[in-house]
Amino acid sequence: MSVRTSARPWWVALRAMLVFTVVLGVAYTALLTGVGQLVLPHQANGSTVSSGGSVVGSSLIGQSFADEDGKPLARWFQSRPSAAGDGYDASASSASNLGPSNADLASSIKDRRAAIAAFEGVAPAAVPDDALTASGSGLDPAISPAYALLQVKRVAAATGLSDAVVHRLVESRISGREAGYLGEPTVNVLELNVALAALTKD
Amino acid sequence: MTMPDSVAGLLQIMTVLVVLVALHRPMGAYLAWVYSARRDWRLERGFYRVIGVDPSREQSSGAYLRGILVFSTVGIAFVFALQKLQALLPYSLGFGSIPNALSFNTAVSFVTNTNWQSYSPDVTMGYAVQLGGLVVQNFVSAAVGMAVAVALIRGLARVRSGTLGNFWVDLTRGLARVLVPMAVVAAVVLLAGGVIQNFGGFEHVTTLTGGSAVIPGGPVASQEAIKMLGTNGGGFFNANSAHPFENPNAFTNLFEIVLMLIIPFSMPRLFGRLVGDTRQGTAIAAVMATIFAASLTAMTIFETHGATGAMEGKETRFGVWSSTLFATATTSTSTGAVNSAHDSYSALGGMMALLDMMFGEISPGGVGSGLYGMLVLAIITVFIAGLLVGRTPEYLGKKIGPRQITLASLYILVTPTLALAGTALSFALPGVRDSVISTSIFNPGLHGVTEVLYAYTSAANNNGSAFAGLTANTDWMNISLAVVMLLGRFVPIAFVLALASSFAAQDKVPATAGTLPTHRPQFVGLLLGVSIVVTALTYFPVLALGPLAEGLN
Repeated sequence: MSVRTSARPWWVALRAMLVFTVVLGVAYTALLTGVGQLVLPHQANGSTVSSGGSVVGSSLIGQSFADEDGKPLARWFQSRPSAAGDGYDASASSASNLGPSNADLASSIKDRRAAIAAFEGVAPAAVPDDALTASGSGLDPAISPAYALLQVKRVAAATGLSDAVVHRLVESRISGREAGYLGEPTVNVLELNVALAALTKD
Repeated sequence: MTMPDSVAGLLQIMTVLVVLVALHRPMGAYLAWVYSARRDWRLERGFYRVIGVDPSREQSSGAYLRGILVFSTVGIAFVFALQKLQALLPYSLGFGSIPNALSFNTAVSFVTNTNWQSYSPDVTMGYAVQLGGLVVQNFVSAAVGMAVAVALIRGLARVRSGTLGNFWVDLTRGLARVLVPMAVVAAVVLLAGGVIQNFGGFEHVTTLTGGSAVIPGGPVASQEAIKMLGTNGGGFFNANSAHPFENPNAFTNLFEIVLMLIIPFSMPRLFGRLVGDTRQGTAIAAVMATIFAASLTAMTIFETHGATGAMEGKETRFGVWSSTLFATATTSTSTGAVNSAHDSYSALGGMMALLDMMFGEISPGGVGSGLYGMLVLAIITVFIAGLLVGRTPEYLGKKIGPRQITLASLYILVTPTLALAGTALSFALPGVRDSVISTSIFNPGLHGVTEVLYAYTSAANNNGSAFAGLTANTDWMNISLAVVMLLGRFVPIAFVLALASSFAAQDKVPATAGTLPTHRPQFVGLLLGVSIVVTALTYFPVLALGPLAEGLN
């Protein structure tokens, strides 16, 4: 075999990879960025949510409603526990990855159950599973309707609104399963809190 | 009146089934046309001129394999170089050059269609490396897998032929006629569902509480589409498809599941078309679907019957049912994307994800690799059935002789050897063991052993999912996993092409009364049995050391 023929596939591969980098990497991405920015700009730019005229977050990215020391603020609905950075750090998405037999998982659940029961003034057994566990992304934007309803009394007390008003607010914010059967019913915490902020402003 | 989870979950599974049953026929027919059409598109002709390839020239198995190996080596060099040069590239978000061992691992990982991620993308990869290196390999590694499957089918279909097609043509057509158009459509659907597509970087906002929050940016939808469609699985973000910007809601979740399964489940139809008997493809698809259904059922039972904490590592919008369906789809194909933390699954639920990979990813497997894996098992099955009942060992009119059975057996041995040797060495080598136990393993006890077993099983099968508590960004893990991924990808491909060539050279023997029919339920049962026996016998001891012991404890 001559040098010429044995070197040929390498030149073919090199030229092919250069073309692919331009077409499949750059042009393909540029095309879709164009489509996104022109046709679907709201989604393409992160489904942001505004309150009082300024962007306060994304409806898809969960947030912490705690003070600087991580203590939950009573006047806001609380999100799930989070393992992203120090909690809801969207520059470091992550699950806890605690294994089922890891004693740390069992003790976290126990501690959270006690803390939430005390904070909400309910029986420990009433705290739902999603309130006790960290999500897969650490950025879960939603909680279960059960966890949202559990927080009604405490939020009402802290905001000065009546139980009934807050309860109606939560009920109006429950999203059923997609198409009636996909996934789980949820309550988006940021959107719920934005609606709550609008109520308390009046 | 709210619908119980189980009813909603079953309806969702039915939806996936209906969509796949409806789409696999037209998709299979389309793929058959793509790989057998006589005319090249003008665009393709231009491309062949640029790279210097004569598309009408057929290749022997040796030349076909050489093309794959050379192309993949160049791919590894490209992705490695991009990572090393990251500091100089635009849109790198301030991230610098990536260390050698990690760059090597990542380059190999994306070229082998594994997409194992030793790194956390959120804090490592700028947009330039993601789109210029990783997205490109998402496309081409998938097209390589499809090409190898097509070469094997041609080997079975051809008579007294010394060639299997042209690798560069199969690669180009897989991209131009299948993956790129489908990825564009899929990306637009994902965009509409809320997946982001921008170059905005990290946006900082002031929250309702007066605190601050970050909204990440990135060209995600374009990468997400081919990540799923090409059964790649490498996440744009660390949380992969659990991240709300990769997988915002239950609809996109279902869509991503279908994207993973559509090509692998259409490959048997393509096979049936090209060998001139679609019933042969249906038999193969039936075995794939049966294993998938059994595994999904077991995992869902284990996850719904767990103690408190079933939602650890799972997203509220998906719950248990949409998580286990995704987990089964991702480990039964070679995808490895995750929408929930497999490390936090119950011991036996996590074991099902591990088992899906241990089957050799044949239910339905990766794009291309699933079909060729299953065809190798079909060859073994025909041989064993021949021994049991005294039938002539032949498949589709091709004789299964000593050479074929040797190649098929070697193929079957490669991935278990790599997965088990990698795991064993991690605990056996004195210097390595300390690093694995003190740095890599996250969860204590038996679960930690499973984390290591899962990593090497995932790498050997080119899956890419992980028990992600594991810290894999160490020199030992980065390099040993890269070696396992390389051998787990290309050694089986070499055996498949050798098999293809040995079949292509043969005449077709006419079926006689002594021929075992390979399209009947009887053969489906036999093939299923062989798949299970091969897997169970190989892996039972090590499963007993890890997830079985943990789960039964």
